[in-house]
Amino acid sequence: MLKFLFTVIRRDVLLAARRRGDWLTAQFFFVMVVSMFPLGIGPEPGMLRTIGPGVVWVAALLASLLSLDRLFADDYRDGTLEQMLLSPSLIALLTLGKAIAHWIINGIPLLLIAPLLGIQFNMPAEALWMLVLSLAIGTPILSLLGSIGAALTLGLRGGGALVTLLIMPLYVPALIFGAGAVEGVLSGTGSEAHLSLLGAFLMMSLLLAPWVSAMALKVSVE
Amino acid sequence: MIWESWQAFWAMGGYGFYVWGSFGMTLLCIVGEVGLLRRHRRQVWQRLKRLKSWDPQ
Amino acid sequence: MNLYHYASPSTFYPLAGKLVSWFAALAFILAIAGLYIGFFVAPTDFQQGEGYRIIFIHVPAAWMSMFIYVVMAFWSAIGLAWNTRLSFIMARALAPTGAMFTFVALWTGALWGKPMWGAWWVWDARLTSELILLFLYVGVMALQAAIDDPRRADRAGALLNLVGVINVPIIYFSVVWWNTLHQGSSVSLTRAPSMAQTMLWGMLIMALAAWMYTIAVALARARTLVLERERQTEWVRAQLEGQP
Repeated sequence: MLKFLFTVIRRDVLLAARRRGDWLTAQFFFVMVVSMFPLGIGPEPGMLRTIGPGVVWVAALLASLLSLDRLFADDYRDGTLEQMLLSPSLIALLTLGKAIAHWIINGIPLLLIAPLLGIQFNMPAEALWMLVLSLAIGTPILSLLGSIGAALTLGLRGGGALVTLLIMPLYVPALIFGAGAVEGVLSGTGSEAHLSLLGAFLMMSLLLAPWVSAMALKVSVE
Repeated sequence: MIWESWQAFWAMGGYGFYVWGSFGMTLLCIVGEVGLLRRHRRQVWQRLKRLKSWDPQ
Repeated sequence: MNLYHYASPSTFYPLAGKLVSWFAALAFILAIAGLYIGFFVAPTDFQQGEGYRIIFIHVPAAWMSMFIYVVMAFWSAIGLAWNTRLSFIMARALAPTGAMFTFVALWTGALWGKPMWGAWWVWDARLTSELILLFLYVGVMALQAAIDDPRRADRAGALLNLVGVINVPIIYFSVVWWNTLHQGSSVSLTRAPSMAQTMLWGMLIMALAAWMYTIAVALARARTLVLERERQTEWVRAQLEGQP
């Protein structure tokens, strides 16, 4: 069972490694979106520090969503997905594996770039650390919830925009707790509560999302 | 009756714009929804009738 | 009465046709009663003057917006569990009305907030949750509109609806949390004036009117959906001979 999971993850990561263009685009999107805000609002350092956590979080959200509609689509188009659905292994393992792979490919680079962007927004060191930590918990949630959206919208015309529309409302709690954790550091009011709630949300997604995503795949493919 | 006159009723103690803006929009939405519903039904009916008339049976 | 009898589209259709008129009439009567209480019986509020009368539409609309989403989820669950076409049709029929009430709740909330708190939008917990609820409704409708195959559209929308309904309490909790942290807008728009009995009755009757209206509209919409889906059957072809 675990072997199946690792095979799915390895395959997706290898495929992405060979097509570097795709995930690089998402990362540059992340950087550019964040840079747009000071240009639009003004570079006053105090204000940037206030909006920084929210802006970086929302941009990470968007950058992740950008790549989601391809989660199952490539395999669907060449018939691989149908083959995989015939396998005796649990389909929930397939969706879980794909979500994990998505996080490795898209989420981890976001974690590495985020502190640099935080510096652009005048965030002090402790806040930068909390930014990375909160995103480390938040980005897997995004990959998991996103896999549901990707499965539901498989092969549809709407593409990335439709997945975004479907998933963003569901993601609001993670955004509130995640950005709130960083703000808790900045304002000195503490972040434990935020992190615990974020962690609980991650646990819930980990337990439920793969199954729902598997159901959604069955709905979309048959 | 609470209102001294019709003017007072429409004025709603100075809040007329907000109160009638609320109820007015609601009425608009209801009329709109029912209208769209009727139109949709008519369109479906006409289309199905047409399809049926083209049937060789 | 054997309820399963009406699970078939061909028996549902005529029954729904009769019911629509009854529920529409009920809605109208209740609305008249509710509006009468709201405008001619309920007294002027001490703090908010006459402006508070917006609650007679704002609160019922907000209640309905949430109630309809849950009822949709109920039909979605039944449809997914037992694969009954009519259940999916009911869920689809309810969605636009639910979205409409959500919009009305937001609009009337803004019009209530402006004279009371000085701003058209105050990001209070209830209004923000309503906004997200609107996004959830739009998501389900957009997903179903994007899928051509009716069966896949039904099931996908139902699944999304269920995911949404589970998330709603979590979303609401997180929004309330978020709201209390940012103490700036700690005023609650829906902290209604200390309720006189008449005010409560007015709201309840208006809510009932909205409910009757919803049933009437949903049944009417379902009838049209049934016609479209079952267009190949004998009974629909026979129907087409008569009047629309």
